[in-house]
Order: sequence, then structure tokens, then C-alpha cells
Amino acid sequence: MESNVLLEVKDLKVEYHTDETVVHAVNGVSLTLREGETLGLVGETGAGKTTIARTILGILPKPQGHVTQGEIIFEGRNLLELSEKEMRKIRGDKIAMIFQDPMTALNPIERVGDQITEAIRLHNKISHAEAVLRSMDMLEMVGIPKERYPEFPHQFSGGMKQRVVIAMALACNPKLLLADEPTTALDVTIQAQVLALMRDLTKRLGTSVILITHDLGVVASTCQSVAVAYAGEIVEYGTVYHIFNNPLHPYTKGLFDSLPDLDVSKKRLKPIRGMMPDPTNLPEGCTFCERCDYAMEICARKKPAVYEPEQGHTVRCFLAERRVTDGAFAGSAASEKVL
Amino acid sequence: MAPLLEVQHLKKYFKTPRGMLHAVDDVSFTLDAGKTLGVVGESGCGKSTLGRTILHLTDATDGKILFEGRDITYPTRRELSQLRQNMQIIFQDPYSSLNPRMSVSETIMEPLKLSKKYSKAEMIERTKELMATVGLAERFWNIYPHELDGGRRQRIGIARALALGPKFIVCDEPVSALDVSIQAQILNLMLDLQEERNLTYIFITHDLSVVKYISDEIMVMYLGQVVEKAPSHELFRNTLHPYSKALLSAIPIPKVDAQRELIPMKGEVTSPINPRPGCRFTARCPYVEEKCHEPQVLEEIMPNHFVSCCRCREINEISETVKGRN
Repeated sequence: MESNVLLEVKDLKVEYHTDETVVHAVNGVSLTLREGETLGLVGETGAGKTTIARTILGILPKPQGHVTQGEIIFEGRNLLELSEKEMRKIRGDKIAMIFQDPMTALNPIERVGDQITEAIRLHNKISHAEAVLRSMDMLEMVGIPKERYPEFPHQFSGGMKQRVVIAMALACNPKLLLADEPTTALDVTIQAQVLALMRDLTKRLGTSVILITHDLGVVASTCQSVAVAYAGEIVEYGTVYHIFNNPLHPYTKGLFDSLPDLDVSKKRLKPIRGMMPDPTNLPEGCTFCERCDYAMEICARKKPAVYEPEQGHTVRCFLAERRVTDGAFAGSAASEKVL
Repeated sequence: MAPLLEVQHLKKYFKTPRGMLHAVDDVSFTLDAGKTLGVVGESGCGKSTLGRTILHLTDATDGKILFEGRDITYPTRRELSQLRQNMQIIFQDPYSSLNPRMSVSETIMEPLKLSKKYSKAEMIERTKELMATVGLAERFWNIYPHELDGGRRQRIGIARALALGPKFIVCDEPVSALDVSIQAQILNLMLDLQEERNLTYIFITHDLSVVKYISDEIMVMYLGQVVEKAPSHELFRNTLHPYSKALLSAIPIPKVDAQRELIPMKGEVTSPINPRPGCRFTARCPYVEEKCHEPQVLEEIMPNHFVSCCRCREINEISETVKGRN
């Protein structure tokens, strides 16, 4: 089942420079995405999820955004070394992005069909008439009748607009789709429709997806692998089975505990105390140390490395190191936490 | 004991260029002191309008609202200012519901000032108490909302709502804008406060997992009408209305290989402007039949379990002998 690696992010660091301070948005992130794989990038506000996506696409806000370290290898080329002109060829063609808010992602004064046609013609040498036909096909593919081609975004509901955005993103048959909270602004029933649509289309077209979300439920139903981001780092990374059935990082466990469970009635939720550290002033040791129930003396002093307690499951936590060295990992972890 | 709040056939229509928009259409319920009623539904189902109409942030078009047995549907100015001390609201967006030019202490003190009941020293004392109650450290006294994160801002909103010691609070999506770990903190706080002060909540949300966790009773709304109403676990265990079923099945469950079948729902919410008589869910319902286009009644199918669907018994294979208590 091992397919080719499509995208490799290596030790990426991104900073935003403001007049007074430096915001450390992404601090040494590494990710690997195979062809046809859907990776869920989860985390809370300010974890650096969107910054990672924007860096891959080369659309960091300028002049504040700076990549200070790392490589992004896409189809054998380092995207960070490409010129703006070369990036423009890739953007929208090989790599496309869906933004969170469909209301603002579309041009309000251009017909929706024309917006898709424009994206197609930008990357393909075909006539206008052919492009129109193709964009009508795309509309039909996402479940919008082609008769609505000449309508304007305000005539569409939120869910329909997000379908248009998906049609536009997939119009050039990209290799990689970056979906930044694509369903957060939608109602649950519409969210279910849109997620099912994305699953079908990406499977059919063989597109790899990085799905950015804060909703673990969405990840469970859509992704094969999961990266949990916290304060600009990936604290845990593995398949959905690793993360959901055997979460090892205290933050990941905390996330699951703070969710109300539909099947079990609890008296009180178990929130993670405190808040994410200030990204302008990150602690020296583990970034989660202050909120962690298992924090040890070493955690405040030293940054934990990335450990791999089981094949393909990596954790940035000293507790995981113990597990690796003790070798007692497999049995104890499974019995310790029952979700 | 008389219920704290009783709403009878409440209607709120808005005039639009294309006709009458039925935002809330014939909603009735009662709510006992110390309990929580969860109101769920998708955008545009009228859940926020319901909350706002009960609080007189907009005037009701028709129907009756009784608070502690008194009719408060059309209060005088004086009565209203009295009422507002007993009824408060917590808004969804902690970013836009706070005045950016007022510090934390000023915001919380504002209702105390307006009530004209307290001396300066008492106000400061009470504000300190309130901040402690909701878990805001005193160092935030002179801080402005833009300096705080969403969770802390929502705590200010809660402190402000509690300032005058209300009996009843409408919580309009109070945790929707917050991250999950912070969301859990705020939900726990609200439950603690309810226990301590015997508060009564109407909890408006689109998030069904949250509503199950916090509510005693849940009311599912669709296009201005109540389609199902039942005690919290009963609704989740024994969902009867086709819309509630579809809504519940659409919740993404944070478990791998969750054994569940998604009930597909065609299309989207239809327009609430000049709706036709009959069930409003017909356009999307998989069970639609001729008789669904007749007006529907909210019927007590099982004890305390109300459903507005003429095919409910058929679909769920409930025999005619099972009935509500009356």
C-alpha cells in the first residue's frame, strides 16, 4: 500500500516580525504526505495550522512572514527556493487551497461560473468556450446544476458557496489540496454533505489532502493520518488509529477529555487548564509543560525530542521517551487509556 | 410550583420585501427554576430570535410570555427594567459583545451602575466578587477586551450577566467561538454557577454534543417551529422526528470506525418567508407523503416526548396504544 511521497515538510520554522516582537508561529514542523493520502492537521487557535498551509502555498503575509529554516519538498523540488513566477504556476494547478470562509473566498461581483473558468484558463491553454464547458462540468460534479453558472455568489447559500470553492480548487485536478477549516462555517447537516463530497472527489481524482481543522470528529471520518499541532509544533503524529485509540501526548489526551461524549453522560467535562503559551515568548522547555498534569522537573528545562514509541507514531514528550527505553510500552499504554 | 418561565404560542414575524418571514412560529414550552432547556437547530431556524423575543430584545408578534406566573408579553418601561434584572443574556461572540472602550471592571460594573442600587464602594466590592466567581484574576481590572483571549472575554460576558443576580439567563451559543479545551472550562463554570445559584438557562446552540451535556430538556427547532421536544437522554436514545434523526446522524463523532449510518438529507433549509402550511421539513424529508402537507401538531407520543410529525408512529413503529400521559 506504500505509495509515493508527494510532499515532505522538513523542520520548518516560520516567524512573523512585527514592529516590537517576533511571533514564533511554526517551530520545527516535519510532515510527510503520500499520494492519495488525507492528513488531518488538528489544533487550537494559534497552533500554527494555517501558517503551515500558507507556507506550503507560498502565500505568507508579506512583509511580516519569514521562513527561517526548513524545506518543503513537493514532487522533488524545494518550494521555498522557487521564484514567485514558478510558484504561480504551481498554485491553483498542482496545489490548491480551500479557505475557511466561503463568503469571503469568492469575488462578490463576478459570476461564479466565470470565476471557475478563470482558474481553468490560467493554467490550461484552452479556448474560452472549452473552459466554460469544463467549469460547468465541475459545477455538476459538486452537485450544483450548470444552469447556475451565471449567478453571483450572493445568490448561493453558505454550503453552495463552499461547493463552488471546492469546484474551483479541483478544477485543474491538483495533486495536493490544502483545506483550511472547509466546513467550520457550515451547519452540521451541510458539513456532512460537503465532507462526503470532498471524500468522494479526492478519492476519485487521487488528490492528496491536508485537512486543517479543530474538530476531531471531522478528522475521524475523513483522514488516514493525523498531526496534532500545539504552539507551532507537531506534538503527536500518526495514523488515525494511533491518535484516536492510543493517544500518548498529554495534550492529545486532554483534547479528547474536553469533548462532550454523546454516548456517555458525564457530570463534568475535564478541561485542559490554562491557555496556550504566548507565541512571542515561548517557554524554554516543553511548550505544553504549564498545562500538563504529568509535567516532570525536566519538562520546564529541556525541550523534548521526537520519540517513536511505535512504528509510524511519533510523540514529542519525555513520557514517550521512557516508554521507548523501557520497552514496556505496548502493553501499558493500551490498558492505561480507554477512550 | 408554577414554572419560572412559560411561553405560549409565541410568534415572531419579520416584514421583508418578499413577504412575512416566520422566524418563530407558534412555540410553546414551560421551564422550571434551576433547569436548562437546550434549543438546537441549524442557522436560520429561529433559535436566537426565540431567545431574544423572550428577553424583549425584540417584541413578540403574538403569543404570551409568563415569568413567575406574571404575563410579561407587553411590559411597560418600568416593568421591563425590573425584568431585566431577573433575565439576562450571554452572547455568542465574545469579540463583538463587549465594548472595546470599556475595561473589564467597567464592563462588569455597568449593570450595577444602571440599577442605581449600589454605592460606589459596594459596586467595586461586587465587581471584585463577580470577577472571582467567574475566574478572572484581579490583575485584569483595568485590562481592555482586546488584550484578552476568547475564553477570558466570555468570562467577562458571564460576569456581566450575573451582576444583578438574575434568575434566568439566555445563553446564545456561548461556547461556539471557543476552542474545545477552553469550551470545556466555560461549560463547567456555567454548570457550577447553576448549582450554586439555582439559575435557569435556555441554552441555544447548534452543537448537539454540547447541548446533551448541559440540558435537562431539549427542543429541536426547524424553520421557526418545534419539531421535537424531550428530556435530554430520551431525545438521544429515542429520536423520533426525521429531522432530529438526520441532525443527530450528521454529528461527526471523534472515534475511528464509529458504527453509525449517516441519514442523508437532501438539499438545504427552505425559505422561512411565507411558508406553506404543513410540515416545513417536507422538501428534505425521506418519508414525505400527501398528508405531510396538512398542518402538523406537536403531539405527546410518549410521556414527555413531543413530536410534530404525522407519520411519526408509522416510521418508528410505535403502536397507537403508547401515548403521552394526558
